Amino acid sequence: MNGAPREHYLNVDYGIRSWLFTTDHKRIAWLYLLSLTLFFFIGGFFATLIRIELLTPQGDLVQSETYNKFFTMHGVTMIFFFLIPSIPAVLGNFLIPMMIGARDMAFPRLNLASWYLFMFGGIFTLAAAAAGGVDTGWTFYTPYSSIYSNTHVVLTVVGVFITGFSSILTGLNFIVTIHKMRAPGLTWFRLPLFVWSHYATSIIFILGTPVIAITLLLVGLERVFHLGIFDPARGGDPVLFQHLFWFYSHPAVYIMILPAMGVVSELIAAFSRKRIFGYTFVAFASLAIAVIGFLVWGHHMFVAGESVHSAMIFSFLSFLVAIPSAVKVFNWTATLHKGSISYDAPMLYALGFIGLFTIGGLTGLFLATLGFDIHVHDTYFVVAHFHYIMVGGSVMAYLGGIHFWWPKMTGRTYPEPVARIAALIVFLGFNLTFFPQFVLGYVGMPRRYHAYPPEFQVLNVFSSAGASILAVGYVLPLIYLVWSLRYGRVAGANPWDARGLEWQTPSPPPTHNFDTVPRVTEAAYAYDKEPEEVYEFGSSPSRV
Amino acid sequence: MNSAAAPAASDALAARAHQFEDAEQQHHASWLGMWVFLATEVMFFGGMFTCYAFYRAGYPGAFAAASNQLDVLLGAINTAVLIGSSLTMALAVYSAETGSRRATVNFLLLTILLGAIFLGIKSYEYHEKFVEHFVPGAAFRFEGPFARPAEIFFSFYFAMTGMHALHMVIGIGLLAVIAIKARRGRFSPAYYTPVELTGLYWHFVDLVWIFLFPLLYLVGRHL
Repeated sequence: MNGAPREHYLNVDYGIRSWLFTTDHKRIAWLYLLSLTLFFFIGGFFATLIRIELLTPQGDLVQSETYNKFFTMHGVTMIFFFLIPSIPAVLGNFLIPMMIGARDMAFPRLNLASWYLFMFGGIFTLAAAAAGGVDTGWTFYTPYSSIYSNTHVVLTVVGVFITGFSSILTGLNFIVTIHKMRAPGLTWFRLPLFVWSHYATSIIFILGTPVIAITLLLVGLERVFHLGIFDPARGGDPVLFQHLFWFYSHPAVYIMILPAMGVVSELIAAFSRKRIFGYTFVAFASLAIAVIGFLVWGHHMFVAGESVHSAMIFSFLSFLVAIPSAVKVFNWTATLHKGSISYDAPMLYALGFIGLFTIGGLTGLFLATLGFDIHVHDTYFVVAHFHYIMVGGSVMAYLGGIHFWWPKMTGRTYPEPVARIAALIVFLGFNLTFFPQFVLGYVGMPRRYHAYPPEFQVLNVFSSAGASILAVGYVLPLIYLVWSLRYGRVAGANPWDARGLEWQTPSPPPTHNFDTVPRVTEAAYAYDKEPEEVYEFGSSPSRV
Repeated sequence: MNSAAAPAASDALAARAHQFEDAEQQHHASWLGMWVFLATEVMFFGGMFTCYAFYRAGYPGAFAAASNQLDVLLGAINTAVLIGSSLTMALAVYSAETGSRRATVNFLLLTILLGAIFLGIKSYEYHEKFVEHFVPGAAFRFEGPFARPAEIFFSFYFAMTGMHALHMVIGIGLLAVIAIKARRGRFSPAYYTPVELTGLYWHFVDLVWIFLFPLLYLVGRHL
């Protein structure tokens, strides 16, 4: 074994072709990581422009039409090209085959095709941005999007449509891989909760995404061929679009948060050195969120002429989502209890997630309440709420996950002190940016306007100041993670002394993940035992 | 490297991709993958069926009047053609399973032929509707009180049958690839998964038409 450097998935081949034509799930995860980072900073660029415009009450930086394009491009890029794929496509792709002891995904070529679809859709959307942008908001509400908007709706919609198929095929690949590729002894209730949460996410991918695909296709057809499906002037119903749109786009919120919950389960267990309290409940909570998530879309339409009876039912069902969500939060907290806790950077992100997700989730209950929702509908209260879930929740977990598995992905550790500081900066910057927006919304500032009454300025200045701190928090990891690729300490197979199967193979892993087929004898998170007691790397070699 | 655990059937080994332990695991994975894909297809068409149901409930008279403008005879012939193609597809899978290569190829070609006949008749219908100004848009003409909702009916007619026809075209492409592979002897009773899965897809596309035909062509027949 000594002498020549060990062969692993990164040094097995070099050159651009070996990356662009790879079918290795670990390399595809890198392709996603690089492209998602690009989209994240593009979306962040538009967010910066928004925050600069809102620094002053007058609409003095750009005209309102331009501002409409800013928030649309921010939303479209961040939601469809960063948040929805983020954790599944990067961490899920990299980790699921390793966590279940497989050599690769069930359909490696399909996996690569998913990335190409993603990029293809992304190019359409960026082309729309370069050609002058789109101003409908990320929700593409009809009839504005289908008739009146003079911007590049069709180009954007086609981009989102194509990217949707990337999601569908990724979800399909996960479901088949988790069902059919598990190592001997790895029963469903021995799976890491990361895998459970991705399974639940995949169900939403395959059942929800086709609906948004056909809906956006109808909007595109309506624009191009002048169909009248969503046009009230010709007998169509624009609210039908909202139903179809939210039938996907509300579950899409759970696409963003469920994988994040999976990451947090792994981190909490690893840094408390304990088994997850109430494992089965946490696992089924993921499925419950996925299922109930399909039944709550009407709460986006309380003021869109929905009948009182449907509104009450949708309100009740929305409250139901709180149950499995709270099950998770309480079980994580119970896991911390009497744990041997260490505050490394991934754990700081995980703890930040729990706090921010709780605030985001509880304000979601406010919004599910009919009377209150009518008061704050389309105000900054809503903006703050969903940023607490999407940014405070998903992005925190994404960063925590990237830090936690960075040694596995690269073979190097990141510099811990600066990473902890960055995690704190992100937490502080985030709260300073978005907490004032709860207040702004409550006192009546509507979303999507580029000018506002002067009495809202103080809170908006807080928010913009927080955004610049948040930007520092996001740029720092970019710098030191890249730095660590060359100068980071060599990590070794299991730097966190974690119990997951992915840590029982060298870092970076060999192309086929494991030299011999592992046999699993214990449930996940056996932090009270040694890894050797949990996994048997027997005689049967991993056939290649 | 290590041949100790090589499966017995060498042709099955040749077809096994590296990530699978054995041919059976691969077969199960492919099979599940296709069913999951068909579930997404159900949701894809389901969005349009939902919209259709919504407007049909809203404009029952207009939908009946507009539906009367469709050619039921051609629709019925096409239904028979597609059901026939499902039979030949099933026979192709059976032939592959029993290892008769010639029959597999012939039944696949027959399925392609029936699919092409369907698309031919469909194009003729599209042409007629175009000539009669039933294509939604500026040129749309419809006599009587139902002009606007009738345009919505025809929007659905073209969107739904068009999406179905697109699936047929993709299906014919898949069948052509499978037929070439079958002719080259790539399949055997031990490994014919692609024939089976293409069959599943083809039957699904047929099934969509079984719903489209009454929903689009037969609405007006009650009146």
